Amino acid sequence: MPSKAKPVYKGGERMKFIEMLHHKSHFSKTEVERLLQMLKQQCPNSPKIRMDRNKFNDFVHKNFEMTDEMIVDRVFRAFDEDNDGFINELEWVKGLSIFLRGTMEEKMKFCFDVYDMNADGYISREEMFHLLKNSILKPATEEDPDEGIKDLVEITLKKFDYDHDTRVSFDDWTKCVNEDNLLLEALGPCLPNLKTKNAFLELVSDAQHDTGMSISAQQKLKGKVTY
Amino acid sequence: VYTSVMGQALQRAAQWTSAKGGSGGKLEFTKLNEELLNSIIQYVDGFGAKYADESKLVFKKPLTWQTTVSPDAISAPGLEDRGGDKISEAKADKDQPLFSIKRDGSDNECSAMTMEYCEQVLRASGDKKMIEIRACLEANRDPVANMLGERFATVEGDDNSIFRFIEEITKEIEQLAKQHAENEGNTEKQEEIEEKKLVLKMRLILLRLDQQLLNQSIAQITKDVRLTPIMVDGEVTILQELSGDDERKHVLETIDFWGDGYIFKNGCRAPPQRQLHGDIAYIEVRPFDGNMLYITANTSGYYLNKGPDNRGDMNYEKEGDAYRELVTLLKDKSAHFTEMIDKQEFHLKVQEKDDYMDARRVEEDDDDRESTAGYRPDRSKQKAEEDSKDKGQKQKAQKKKKLEPSLKWKALGMEEYQEPDKRETQKLKKKKTSPRMKTKTPVDAEDSFSESSTESEEEEEAVERRSETNADLPSEYWQIQKLVKYLKGGNQTATIIALCSMRDFNLAQETCQLAIRDVGGLEVLINLLDTEEVKCKIGSLKILKEISRNTQIRRAIADLGGLQTMVKILRDPDKDLKCLAAETIANVAKFRRARRTVRQHGGIKKLVGLLDCPIVSATSPEADKDAEVARSGALALWSCSKSKKNKEAMRKAGAIPLLAKLLKSPNENMLIPVVGTLQECASEPSYRLAIRTEGMIEDLVKNLKSQSDELQMHCASAIFKCAEEKETRDLVRQYGGLDPLVSLLQKTENKELLAAATGAIWKCAISPENVTRFQELRAIEQLVGLLNDQPEEVLVNVVGGLGELAKDPPNRMLVRKAGGIPPLVNLLTGTNQALLVNVTRAVGQCAEEQDNMVIIDKLDGVRLLWSLLKNQNPDVQASAAWAICPCIENAKDAGEMVRSFVGGLELIVSLLKSDHREVLASVCAAIANIAKDEENLAVITDHGVVPMLARLTNTVDDKLRRHLAEAIARCCNWGNNRTAFGREGAVAPLVKYLKSQDENVHRSTARALYQLSKNPENCITMHEAGVVQPLMKMVGSQDEDLQEASAGCIGNIRRLALANEKARYS
Repeated sequence: MPSKAKPVYKGGERMKFIEMLHHKSHFSKTEVERLLQMLKQQCPNSPKIRMDRNKFNDFVHKNFEMTDEMIVDRVFRAFDEDNDGFINELEWVKGLSIFLRGTMEEKMKFCFDVYDMNADGYISREEMFHLLKNSILKPATEEDPDEGIKDLVEITLKKFDYDHDTRVSFDDWTKCVNEDNLLLEALGPCLPNLKTKNAFLELVSDAQHDTGMSISAQQKLKGKVTY
Repeated sequence: VYTSVMGQALQRAAQWTSAKGGSGGKLEFTKLNEELLNSIIQYVDGFGAKYADESKLVFKKPLTWQTTVSPDAISAPGLEDRGGDKISEAKADKDQPLFSIKRDGSDNECSAMTMEYCEQVLRASGDKKMIEIRACLEANRDPVANMLGERFATVEGDDNSIFRFIEEITKEIEQLAKQHAENEGNTEKQEEIEEKKLVLKMRLILLRLDQQLLNQSIAQITKDVRLTPIMVDGEVTILQELSGDDERKHVLETIDFWGDGYIFKNGCRAPPQRQLHGDIAYIEVRPFDGNMLYITANTSGYYLNKGPDNRGDMNYEKEGDAYRELVTLLKDKSAHFTEMIDKQEFHLKVQEKDDYMDARRVEEDDDDRESTAGYRPDRSKQKAEEDSKDKGQKQKAQKKKKLEPSLKWKALGMEEYQEPDKRETQKLKKKKTSPRMKTKTPVDAEDSFSESSTESEEEEEAVERRSETNADLPSEYWQIQKLVKYLKGGNQTATIIALCSMRDFNLAQETCQLAIRDVGGLEVLINLLDTEEVKCKIGSLKILKEISRNTQIRRAIADLGGLQTMVKILRDPDKDLKCLAAETIANVAKFRRARRTVRQHGGIKKLVGLLDCPIVSATSPEADKDAEVARSGALALWSCSKSKKNKEAMRKAGAIPLLAKLLKSPNENMLIPVVGTLQECASEPSYRLAIRTEGMIEDLVKNLKSQSDELQMHCASAIFKCAEEKETRDLVRQYGGLDPLVSLLQKTENKELLAAATGAIWKCAISPENVTRFQELRAIEQLVGLLNDQPEEVLVNVVGGLGELAKDPPNRMLVRKAGGIPPLVNLLTGTNQALLVNVTRAVGQCAEEQDNMVIIDKLDGVRLLWSLLKNQNPDVQASAAWAICPCIENAKDAGEMVRSFVGGLELIVSLLKSDHREVLASVCAAIANIAKDEENLAVITDHGVVPMLARLTNTVDDKLRRHLAEAIARCCNWGNNRTAFGREGAVAPLVKYLKSQDENVHRSTARALYQLSKNPENCITMHEAGVVQPLMKMVGSQDEDLQEASAGCIGNIRRLALANEKARYS
């Protein structure tokens, strides 16, 4: 299947590119090829192989059950390293590498980037407020609904802010998350959960393909990634 | 100074004197008021720092009072000195300054219109804060009205003022907004609204204080009014002392408890079904004037009931009011009582409950009585512990313990209700003596409880202490409450944050643990376990694991069905989750009901499943995880294995081979729960067998040499229990386990370890081969060294070990040379039953040697042994009687010595009425020895020893038969005892003894028959019973004694027959 992909580069260059992606990610070369193929299928008509925001939204919704628009938007930005509004092949592979096989360090960095909205290296009170504002389901009757969120922000800040500068630096973040892994996605789920992750890995991983992917899995692959 | 602001609390809760003079009443000087005032002081102090804006809010009317603070003491910016008075420059309106303090004779008048100034006065008053607050509150009965205006005055009934006020503000804000929209900005109006908002905020702040104070006083009040069994007993005891026949001197004719006099463990006398209604006891009072009064003592107070009906059943219906004190009730019912009781004012001091010393005395009386009745023998220990604690706390703790009768009763089930017979009580007593160490002593074979450890019983006693902790809610309480709110109302993100933040509190602290429960946190945490979110489950379990160290939390978790959910989680694929669930179960399953729940929901099987982990030598994260899962499973099984049925379930689930495999682990953390579980299960014979046959003894022995005291202790403890069996004892020796056991005797600091090690030595010493090794290791000397200054748990085993070792004659000398005899004899004066059984045995063994006997005699040891025959416990009686035998044998002038014990012979004969076989056998043996002395034989004959022995002859117990026959043989040597035995029908049954399998029985029986055959009547009886045939066989025995006695007996019968024949033909 991967061999059918129309090469964007000439053969040798293409191989080098895949080689490079393999080194920059946790995927094998064949896995990289499969992922690229997948990306290509997402954008059948565009001249460039890249994914725009809408397609990305649909993609993570379908495959990773991520629905929170704000968070998905932030995840998109974290994928989109060059900030051009599209996810190109490099960004695609690197992003999914963290998503699916990321080490703790990578994931911590990824989550921090997601939460650090203005990319200034700190998660501020305001950013937290923004991220947490929908996290209280039951509106408190007797008080201003924002009051509860503010309170929650203070609690969170107290938890994370090691150096007491009323904002969370990446250092603060790593210290805290290392201490308690539960806090990795403290400000909103931005990584796939175990179930969806495994389901998706099934589509791309070598282990599955080596043992001969079943017809149904192939169909599933097609169904999932094309629409 | 003041801020006293809390309307309802002051109005209702604070205790005002009834005389309302002047501007208001006076606050009574009571503990409650003092506490309220203290809270208010704390509140005002620091008010400005917490609520900066509010503290500047100008009151509607000043708070004015006489202060002890001098104007000079107050200096603040904005204060103007006017001829000694201080007046603030800022004015409320017209010429009313915000603050003034004026000299006015000795007292100064102070008037403040903001919290800020109040706070300043309070601060200036130094250590007189309390006086100041008191003066302010007395002068301003409703401070809220002064501060915020009459609309907020404290009123009875529903207070809607706040809601009206809120409406008003909202309306005004809307109006303002409208005006704003029409571009008619009205800054004045806006300011007004701002001020109103401030007022509202202030009011809310004050309301909170109010609520806090009310809570506090409720806690205080409830504590005051509830009656406890101790109080009831105390009051009745005192009144009993004042009662009697003399109308001129006594207050009542009689007063006593109604009923059968049975006191439940919780101190209540009322039957359980009535205890559920709060009844503590019923009191029967006969006053000098009037009819019998029947009074119910209920936790809510004393009241009259309808008394017993014709059939003697109590009619519990309440008649009339409840009184807080018995005396008050009686004063109402009996004029004579009122008159007399007033004259007894002096004695009645005891009545006052807040008089600590007296209350304590009463309590102690109470304790003594209870312990003699056998209910709380562990009291003395407990008391010693408690003495070190704060006295007040002790009062509280003890009172509390008795406060909740029904709870404990429920937990223990109905076993306690039926008056247990003496033996059962004894057993109970034994169990209670060492609640903590109990696991280390072998389990009573006839133990009817399914528990192998009494830890649970300890826990059943854990009662609610909620009201106590509520009195002063720490700040953690409020913070935790907030976090729980987010747990309830937040999405996953908020939940995780709240869970992680909660762990930042010190969850090992009881305040935090109970705070979580009290604000409903447990329900939420347990509900989270049912969600799909792995992270939430992990977060929740991490908290539950910590707080379940608290006994009350454990119960609550079980009540909320947490165990069922956790058991389900044990099947989860996530290993972290499994571990946490198992560890939490380990904590919760520390009481019986929880253990049962785990079993009934299939938890045992799943936990056993966790044990199945591959042991790999190479460490990898994955293998570590697996080991961790197995370890947590073992931890949970350890807790669960305290119930007998769980042990069974574990065995069926295949736990034994898995435990055996884990026992090979090199990891101490793994070994401790594994060995802990094994030693717990070793109370079951099936496990003991398995431990031996699965080759676990070797590993247990190996780990005796571990670095960890705890592991060593569990290993020793497991060996202690397993070494009941001979094969196991041999294995311990073969694997070289005796050496490390003896070297553990050096660890004198760790008493639990010492108890386990000495226990193992004791049991191992039952095998003679082991005794030899112990001798080589000089164990005797070391054990003797431990006879002093050790807790009873250790002593029991040390003495037990010495008793076993001294069975080997050379060791008896070693005990003497090591100086062991005096401490052993000294221990005969103790009270611990298990210890006494062992001590008597050890002393008995030592007495087998003449030289030892001299020392024992010198120390008056025989007298001590003899007095133990009076002990209530048949095991002690029997053991003492056995020990007496060698003493009599080996003492010089034994006959004289025995006679010197006043009433001693009568006592020992009377023990023949016992229905305990071992006691009977031992007493027979002792009597056989006593009867060697003719004079003593005469005495015991007078005490009726013959018919009593004769009555026992129908027994089938070989041990008893042997000693009984021996005693009969010896007793024949006096007067017409032979004839008497014949008359009492002792002869025919003895003949049957010859059919026994036991040679010893044959020997003593033949001796007895020989003695009896000297009487012709007996010969006839014997002959008729067919004695000749078996005796003929015994003449051919290898045993010369037996030969001789048999031949003698046959000879006597023969001679009688010949004489008969001769008489007939002559």
